[in-house]
Amino acid sequence: MNRILKSRLLWPLVALAALLLACTVRRPDILGITVLDGHLFGAPIDILRNSAPLLLVALGMTLVIATRGIDLSVGATVAIAGAVAMTFIASSPDPGSVGTAVGAVVVALGLCLVLGLWNGFLVSSLGIQPIIATLILMTAGRGVAMLITGGQITTVNSAPFAQLASGFWLGLPVAALIAYGVYGVVALLVRRTALGMLLESVGINPKASRLAGVKARTLTWTVYALSGLFAGLAGLIFASNTMAADANNAGLFIELDAILAVVIGGTALSGGKFNLGGTLVGVLVITTLTLTVTVLGVSPLVTPLFKAIVVVAVTLLQSPRLRATLAGLGRTRPQEVRA
Amino acid sequence: MSAVAAPHQIAGVGRWSPDRRYLPVIGTFIVFALMVTIGGLRYENFLSPAVMSNLFINNAHLIVLAVGMTFVILTGGIDLSVGAVLALSSVITATLLQAGWSLALVVPVAVLAGSAIGYGMGVMIQYFDIQPFVATLAGMFLARGLCFLFAPESVPIRDESFIALAGWGVNLGRWRVTAAVLIALLAVAAAWWVLHRTRFGRTVYAVGGGEQSATLMGLRVARTKVLVYVISGTCAGLAGLLFAMFSRSGYALTGVAMELDAIAAVVIGGTLLTGGTGFVLGSVIGVMVLGLIQTIITFEGTLSSWWTKIVIGALLLIFVVLQRILTLRRT
Repeated sequence: MNRILKSRLLWPLVALAALLLACTVRRPDILGITVLDGHLFGAPIDILRNSAPLLLVALGMTLVIATRGIDLSVGATVAIAGAVAMTFIASSPDPGSVGTAVGAVVVALGLCLVLGLWNGFLVSSLGIQPIIATLILMTAGRGVAMLITGGQITTVNSAPFAQLASGFWLGLPVAALIAYGVYGVVALLVRRTALGMLLESVGINPKASRLAGVKARTLTWTVYALSGLFAGLAGLIFASNTMAADANNAGLFIELDAILAVVIGGTALSGGKFNLGGTLVGVLVITTLTLTVTVLGVSPLVTPLFKAIVVVAVTLLQSPRLRATLAGLGRTRPQEVRA
Repeated sequence: MSAVAAPHQIAGVGRWSPDRRYLPVIGTFIVFALMVTIGGLRYENFLSPAVMSNLFINNAHLIVLAVGMTFVILTGGIDLSVGAVLALSSVITATLLQAGWSLALVVPVAVLAGSAIGYGMGVMIQYFDIQPFVATLAGMFLARGLCFLFAPESVPIRDESFIALAGWGVNLGRWRVTAAVLIALLAVAAAWWVLHRTRFGRTVYAVGGGEQSATLMGLRVARTKVLVYVISGTCAGLAGLLFAMFSRSGYALTGVAMELDAIAAVVIGGTLLTGGTGFVLGSVIGVMVLGLIQTIITFEGTLSSWWTKIVIGALLLIFVVLQRILTLRRT
């Protein structure tokens, strides 16, 4: 019992359960899944699909935060990826072909990888604070996306590209398969190899880990590059969802949602220990929150208020200070060991 | 002690010349002067008092935001909530005025709403060890959500006394100073006085320079760290009032991403995000540089508006890299 209470994942899971419960009370049949044309449909599937872009971005963000960094530029990267892919398809002679769609994906992801490497360069080689280094791309990035689309909302018709967001494979949405697939691969990589431990060592003490022979600089480059790449993938899913590149609104505030997801999941912004499972729960909490607000009939505009309440509640409950106070209340003598 | 004493008192006392502390601000001022010169040479009427007055009138709210942000960043923190708090304050102003409240009541309520949110964030950061980034992010979501709760649509302001206040101004020759500009400049003066002439201000610098050392020196670190967020929140509330005067309405979607402009202005103004180094006047020049970019792009005419963002990003990059080189040489 004590172990369950001490788990960092307890309160995020409680929040998720409470949100789902609120949905069920309002509409008892909401958690049902139906099969239609061989595809699965229903609110849980919707949550899986809608959470795909946020999961990708939050995944990259977790790795960056593990190295004591932060990546504010992911929203702008999302916009750039969409802008590049849509402009590529619109300007090609054969917009509907599979080759064009693949070309668009490759070009967009390549550029996003370069953007991520740029952030990594600023942080690891020039030693600029991550928050300010990525703020540069965050500010300039949307301008660049506007530059690519010429200030227009570019719309295209490309059946293969549309598959990315609206397609189904084995009865499941393609977007969710991509995101959860990438998540699975990364989780395996960092938890079944030494990579995760190396990342944590960089986050806990960059200097000491470098002296111990950890290639701190290369690791920092890698996490920012991955963050850019995953944000690009999320941008492609966004663009494919609407089949339009909206440089102003695509991925707006997704960096904040991603950071919230990471924080709700129990990874501290101070770097070091990270929790990929927690990030997944955080992403699900935020996506479900949006659904719950809609189901409860509250104006979606008020969603930020509920986000604030969830974040404050979860972070306060996780804070060591409050836990110590609460633990102290239950005992006759106060704890002697202080962190 | 030299790190926290008023700058001019230590001239010649420290081991290195105190000029170094001013280098980033001087750099910002040179950029500002260069932009004014280039603008003046390129475009007719660029150097006219009307254009320069408008620079202040259009950016009065941003000046106040940057002043509050400077306090927070000097302690090594960050405040992401200011844009949303600005919107909240302008929405409160418009809604209460529409409900028939008198101006004398509305002004303190709108400003104090900002202080209250700032206090809440400060307590979360100081007493519950929550990262400034996360706590102020929550503050931002809270303020933005409250905005929509109060008024989902834009609320026009028709209150006569408010419009009279917003329209009030003095003409000095062809220069024009409005009430909003005057309030903004007063806020700057007050911030300068607090930072350089009071014990609290010196504690702010000391906390940014090294929190542990400040604690060991017996300074009231906890109180200071909460207070800087109260100041930033209050400034954001005041800025919201100024923005309501500027737009004569309250709208829940105003000030989106304005916290980034404020942070950019502070960084361009030479304040280090690690805390401990920087000046309020630098932040004001930073705001002026951002405003000039906008003005120049308007004067250029053929350039699209999104170039503003790209130029601000490029300028940020240059300043950050230069600061990095400066701090590397210092150590």
